[in-house]
Amino acid sequence: MKDLTTSVNRRSLLKATAASGLVLATPTIFSRGAWAQNFANDPTNKSSVTLGFNVPQTGAYADEGADELRAYQLAVKHLNGEGDGGMLQTMKPLALKGNGVLGKKVEYVTGDTQTKSDAARSSAKRMVEKDGAIMITGGSSSGVAVAVQSLCQEMGIIFMAGLTHSNDTTGKDKRKYGFRHFFNAYMSGAALGPVLKEEMGTDRRAYHLTADYTWGWTQEESIKNTTEALGWETVATVRTPLGAGDFSQYITPVLNSGADVLILNHYGKDMVNSLTQAVQFGLKDKMVNGKKFEIIVPLFSRLMAQGAGDAIKGILGTTNWNWSLQDAASQAFVKSFGQEYGFPPSQAAHTCYVQTLLYADACERAGTFYPCEVIKALEDFEFDGMGNGPTLYRGADHQCFKSVLVVRGNENPSSQFDLLKVVKEVPAEAVTYDPTIFGGELGTCG
Amino acid sequence: MDAFVLQLLNGLDKGGAYALIALGLTLVFGTLGVVNFAHGALFMLGAFCAVTMQKLLTLSVKVKDPGVTFFDAYKEIPYLEVWFGDTGKAVIDYAVPLSILLAIPVMLLIGLVMERGLIRFFYKRSHAEQILVTFGLAIVLQEIVKTAFGANPIPTGAPDAVAGSAAIGEWLGLGAAVVYPWWRLIYLAFSLAIIAGVFSFLQFTTYGMVVRAGMQDRETVGLLGINIQRRFTVVFGVAAVVAGLAGVMYTPILPPDYHMGMEFLVLSFVVVVVGGMGSLPGAVFAGFLLGVLQSFASMTQVKDILPGIDQIIIYLVAVVILLVRPRGLMGRRGVMES
Repeated sequence: MKDLTTSVNRRSLLKATAASGLVLATPTIFSRGAWAQNFANDPTNKSSVTLGFNVPQTGAYADEGADELRAYQLAVKHLNGEGDGGMLQTMKPLALKGNGVLGKKVEYVTGDTQTKSDAARSSAKRMVEKDGAIMITGGSSSGVAVAVQSLCQEMGIIFMAGLTHSNDTTGKDKRKYGFRHFFNAYMSGAALGPVLKEEMGTDRRAYHLTADYTWGWTQEESIKNTTEALGWETVATVRTPLGAGDFSQYITPVLNSGADVLILNHYGKDMVNSLTQAVQFGLKDKMVNGKKFEIIVPLFSRLMAQGAGDAIKGILGTTNWNWSLQDAASQAFVKSFGQEYGFPPSQAAHTCYVQTLLYADACERAGTFYPCEVIKALEDFEFDGMGNGPTLYRGADHQCFKSVLVVRGNENPSSQFDLLKVVKEVPAEAVTYDPTIFGGELGTCG
Repeated sequence: MDAFVLQLLNGLDKGGAYALIALGLTLVFGTLGVVNFAHGALFMLGAFCAVTMQKLLTLSVKVKDPGVTFFDAYKEIPYLEVWFGDTGKAVIDYAVPLSILLAIPVMLLIGLVMERGLIRFFYKRSHAEQILVTFGLAIVLQEIVKTAFGANPIPTGAPDAVAGSAAIGEWLGLGAAVVYPWWRLIYLAFSLAIIAGVFSFLQFTTYGMVVRAGMQDRETVGLLGINIQRRFTVVFGVAAVVAGLAGVMYTPILPPDYHMGMEFLVLSFVVVVVGGMGSLPGAVFAGFLLGVLQSFASMTQVKDILPGIDQIIIYLVAVVILLVRPRGLMGRRGVMES
């Protein structure tokens, strides 16, 4: 005979267990800070929160790294309510109160990426595991950004990328925990195209010299697609090793290649060297095919312009931001940075400063440091007052969409810092693209 | 033809730099038997002699920059310019050639101190120990320079008069596309002059003759009552000066940073190995040979057939030489051979 008593008891027991589970779980689901025990370096029981600034302090991109670090230190000051507040005065909407983040004082640790993926990963790991960093940010190379971003995904730590311009960072290598404010190679191409057509016409022969790593490849591809769509012919695409120093053996073949445009897909120290050497070889004053020879540097920065000296004059390129912009946010940041350090910030400094504020603001809006909630707060966040006009942090690929600047090396600078002249401010709509074109998966959180 | 001439010239120009650095390296090995991994650091120190000279000449007064209104910015105007106007500007413009005057005594002193203070204690030790200690020394020197001058490259330009390029195509009756930077031509001529100077010193002076004799048979020369050790110390100093001058003149081509010596060290070792350890003509020949090969390997037509060959050609040649002729192209029989 069937033992009904046992059967009923088991069912009751199961029901009771489920009900108790639900009751016990309820407060942890609906209360703030419920994730306290579940994420790395939770600062709930501490009076401060630590951010990890991972920048190149040595190597090819050390100039940019030093400026990034200055910007981070300024951002920390402003977050803690010190100084004039910088862009906290202009950011909209703003949840931050100038008393740290969620009432906790912001502190920081630094690491040297050395512009090497392995060194960058170990310094990020050290900052998370030993120094208790809750977020990692910085970098001046896409190779490094992609490597650190993937490490952060594994460790469950948010990565706010610094200067990284490769399509891959928020394309095929995008990650749920990674966010990029800086623009990318596709956007540079889209912004440059109309200006190139207007200034150089549709009958041109281009020669590419490209840094042989992820950023160089994607920039070459994006610019090539743009120029070929204009009707330009690509004569050759030549890869050069990162940190080659002497580029002369790559420049000499350009002289009699029949090309009338040289596109330098180089950045930082490589850019300074290749552009200086190209000018030494007389390429800037050359006439080919009845046209004036032109050099294009698709990704520009003022720091780079400083290193290259007069070679930069008249050269076209794009930049994420420039200190000469006249909007209130840019001016507030330049004033704050200039008073602190005696010179204006670079675009690398700007993007790092903005990334720190955006992360802090997202924590404040989420009401927690729990990464999955902070990610939700950042995704599809629309803001203004950060120097680039209305901006969207697109949730589909964690890429910011904002206006892009087409600039030219200034022929007649009014000051020692007035090296780039804004030719055109291309609106966000003109550089926006379908997030699926570069493939990749964000992955999951938690 | 145009492309050939350009790449050949480029190869010779590169080769000039390789030969100059390798020359000092092989000189030290041939005389003292020391494998000096700090030789690249001497090249770097030479380059920083130019940076130092430029900094000395551009010691400046700070003046408020009226172009910046957001904050107080100051621009620096060199005292030489303030005091002497255009003449001062012209002197600053010639900072690199002028720094040769600074580099010769400074590098000689550094070479002598290095040899007397450290290297001489390692003559009788194994090559592995020599490599370790000189490599360590190179790192120490690098860090000192990094502390003093920072990690970033410092632009050190050529004088304006030779900053452009020479129309060699027109001189040779080739196309107008064949141009070459003046400074690189000067560097090539300079390296040939230094090489000729070193060879003349060793070949045509009594001092050099004794040094060469010492290289062949140190013991016998010593038995003749000659203090060969002192002469070898001087040779180490000369090698340091050669590396230093190579560095000084290279600054307009490559803005110097603390790490530049390491980049050239590996290359120059390959040059020495290919030329033959201790062989001076070998180092010069291999320097130019590898420079030319590297230049031609970078041509688009070559890279289309063998992608990446430009980055490995030098090492490929070294591997082949080590397999087929371990003593190098012009090395002495028995050296590097079992």
